[in-house]
Amino acid sequence: MQFLSYLINGLGLGSVYAIIALGYTMVYGIAKMLNFAHGDIIMIGAYIAFFALTKFALPFPLAVLAAIAVCTMLGVLIERLAYKPLRQAPSLAVLITAIGVSYFLQNGAQILWSSSSKVFPSAISTGSISLGSASVSYLTLITIATCIVVMICLTLFINRTKTGSAMRACSEDKGASMLMGINVNMIISITFAIGSGLAAIASVLLASTYPSVYPTMGSMPGIKAFTAAVFGGIGSIPGAFIGGLLLGIIEIFAKAYISTQLSDAIVFGVLIVILLIKPTGLLGKKINVKV
Amino acid sequence: MKEKSSVFSRFGDKKNRGRLMSFALVIIAYIAVEVLLKTGSLGSMFSSLLVPITCYVVAAIGLNLNVGISGELNLGQAGFMSVGAFCGICVSGILANSISAGIPRLIIAIFCGAILAAVFGFLIGIPVLKLQGDYLAIVTLAFGQIIKSIFMNAYIGIDTEGLHFSFVESNFKLQPGGKMLLNGPMGATGTQKIANFTVGTVLVIVALLVVYNLMFSRSGRAIMAARDNRIAAESVGIPISRTKMLAFVTSAALAGAAGALYGLNYSTLVPNKFDFNTSILILVYVVLGGLGNMTGTIISTVVLILLPELLRSLQDYRMLIYAVVLILIMLVTNNEWLMTKWKSLFSGKAKGGA
Amino acid sequence: MADNTDKNMKAPVLDVQDLGIDFGGLTAVNDLNMQVYDGEIVGLIGPNGAGKTTVFNLLTKVYKPTRGKIYFDGKDTAGKSVVDINKAGIARTFQNIRLFGNLTVLDNVKTGFHNVIPYSPITAILRLPKYFASEKEINEKAMDLLKIMELDKYADYKASNLPYGAQRRLEIARALATNPKLLLLDEPAAGMNPQETAELMDMIRFVRDHFKIAVLLIEHDMKLVMGICERITVLNYGMMLAQGTPEEIQSNPEVIKAYLGD
Repeated sequence: MQFLSYLINGLGLGSVYAIIALGYTMVYGIAKMLNFAHGDIIMIGAYIAFFALTKFALPFPLAVLAAIAVCTMLGVLIERLAYKPLRQAPSLAVLITAIGVSYFLQNGAQILWSSSSKVFPSAISTGSISLGSASVSYLTLITIATCIVVMICLTLFINRTKTGSAMRACSEDKGASMLMGINVNMIISITFAIGSGLAAIASVLLASTYPSVYPTMGSMPGIKAFTAAVFGGIGSIPGAFIGGLLLGIIEIFAKAYISTQLSDAIVFGVLIVILLIKPTGLLGKKINVKV
Repeated sequence: MKEKSSVFSRFGDKKNRGRLMSFALVIIAYIAVEVLLKTGSLGSMFSSLLVPITCYVVAAIGLNLNVGISGELNLGQAGFMSVGAFCGICVSGILANSISAGIPRLIIAIFCGAILAAVFGFLIGIPVLKLQGDYLAIVTLAFGQIIKSIFMNAYIGIDTEGLHFSFVESNFKLQPGGKMLLNGPMGATGTQKIANFTVGTVLVIVALLVVYNLMFSRSGRAIMAARDNRIAAESVGIPISRTKMLAFVTSAALAGAAGALYGLNYSTLVPNKFDFNTSILILVYVVLGGLGNMTGTIISTVVLILLPELLRSLQDYRMLIYAVVLILIMLVTNNEWLMTKWKSLFSGKAKGGA
Repeated sequence: MADNTDKNMKAPVLDVQDLGIDFGGLTAVNDLNMQVYDGEIVGLIGPNGAGKTTVFNLLTKVYKPTRGKIYFDGKDTAGKSVVDINKAGIARTFQNIRLFGNLTVLDNVKTGFHNVIPYSPITAILRLPKYFASEKEINEKAMDLLKIMELDKYADYKASNLPYGAQRRLEIARALATNPKLLLLDEPAAGMNPQETAELMDMIRFVRDHFKIAVLLIEHDMKLVMGICERITVLNYGMMLAQGTPEEIQSNPEVIKAYLGD
């Protein structure tokens, strides 16, 4: 059964997209901005994990923690320095700033670590298990499991904790939240921290699957994850999850059954069709303007 | 003439000044460059940038019509440039035997590039303009990606039997003596370089004329009205989709013309040249130049293309500095306190002078 | 209710029959019947939340009615779009002012001539003679409207920089530019002082006489409503409560009860 193995590989790729897309969508939901530098946080995370594993010979879990710690701090720092002063500015100004941050991270990485790609050590067991006639690598299974755990934790956090409900309040109405005594700046920082931490997790999974680390490695997964977030309805957490998984499955199936080269065209084509049918994504809220 | 001036006198002097400044700037810059070229004081690096600069200026003016005047974020302008470029290259290649003179062939190629990009703009505009805000932006991004991967897989050639086209390399065969126009991911190779700076400058002026004439007309007011308040615009009988489509298609056509000129300036051109980063770059020119401000767009495009070249001595650090400059400009221009200080400084000086 | 027998001879310019709309389970307007005749100034009043603006949104096709018919100029308006209805001859202003904030005051009015004095984008780009002729006409007519609404001195101001009362008058000027047969004014005097309101009343009467149009207005300022409206329709909870001349409405116990409570 080729179909089954494609499906599972699709879910694996989709899980990575979903984890990145969750970060995208959370930041969008709270800060109402498209954080184009999100993909480059992934790249930084991959480099940190790489050096932790090779130079410092840390065990894998510690390397992941290091990547999460650095990315989280980086995310908060970027928000404080570059985005916070633009809270009242038009959205295009914020978008251009995010692009500037993205260039900064990419070129900074190039200066620090050169543009040549580094081979990411395979830290996760390379073995595979067979499901019927299909064989699935442990890595894929770990990726899918991680994504599910992340999704459950995030849902619990958003729905069950005080900080989570403050986040939901902020995404509905920042002004009113502030009047209710919520520290909006704090909530935005926490959102960026979580989003960047998720990017770090995704970076390790991504670098383990495609084992090369280079300064522009985050761009394409970033764009794909952004697409996944829009797919599911940007701002919606379950939407990003479903969008990510669907995108991964569509991409793998397009590669397997139609054309490897045209797979990107097909993925983006499907996005356009989905948006034509549901203009605010699968789970997005309908916008009503009061006349 | 009397009649014309009475029409414009009520438009407000500011708008007229902006328009005059754009044209003056382009013409002065053209004369200055030509003088420098004749005296040989322009380095080869700068002279090789002249045509690309005009191309990006035209694409940016088009994008400003879309983003600044019409108010819709477009992340796929490079896609339309790509359509124009490869269309222009093919047209020029096909006509190479029948029209040997470069300039008329270039003009026909630019025209065809603009038309085909406009057709693509119309087709993509049908779904795109049904959406709003960031959803619209993502579809233009998706479109740019689709165009790129289509050209990455397109094989077009011409031989004695006519034009051949395929999406699969192995299916693609040409008669001996046939000419390959598009070669998948390798793009166009062996293109005759017929672009020049004068045609580029003329194209910039045409682009300015098109955009300004549109802006100061019934259609331009409708486009801006639809941007400022959709519901009110509909209530005075302005059809939103058709109005937005006009801006979108015009913007695409200008990008297509720019792309054709760009493509015919190099002997080889890969489809990867027109990726998401190029779209973003053009958007940066527009936002930094000022939404709806064409003179600003021209200046910012020229400065931002030259900046990395001027910083070349800093080697690896130049793009880092570029990034920092970009962020700082956004932070400073959007800081109310700094801007009021800046303005009061200026008005204070003016008063002192008077 | 049939207060003006002479008006029944003519067909009404606006004829609303059994109009109703539901939002989900909520009935916002129900069983509304009303007519507006040529050259009339009619008031639509009622307590907050009575559904007055919803009626305007139904008349201008922002909302599709759940029940009932709207005839304008003798023709059924079912299936028409917001743009179509403006072309047919209904123009409106908005309760929460909706101007084109970044355009000049003059350009705001000029947008109103979009379908009245049309020419193609090609004409504009190539600057054909028709462009200059049309622009001249648009410019003159727009200035005339600004003069009527006493806004000519603000012509080159950015619309969003106008004082509140002037913004309301600019919306009226823009609506008039579309050459309507029926003008819908949604709380035109809101935020105006008594002096401005008095001037506005004169303007509305002048506009009605000068352009020979009918005016339907929503207003809370009873002095304005009783001062200029020839007939008044009172809405309460989306239903018509009363209809008649200002005198009849003022003495109607149902109306007094709706406004003052039990």
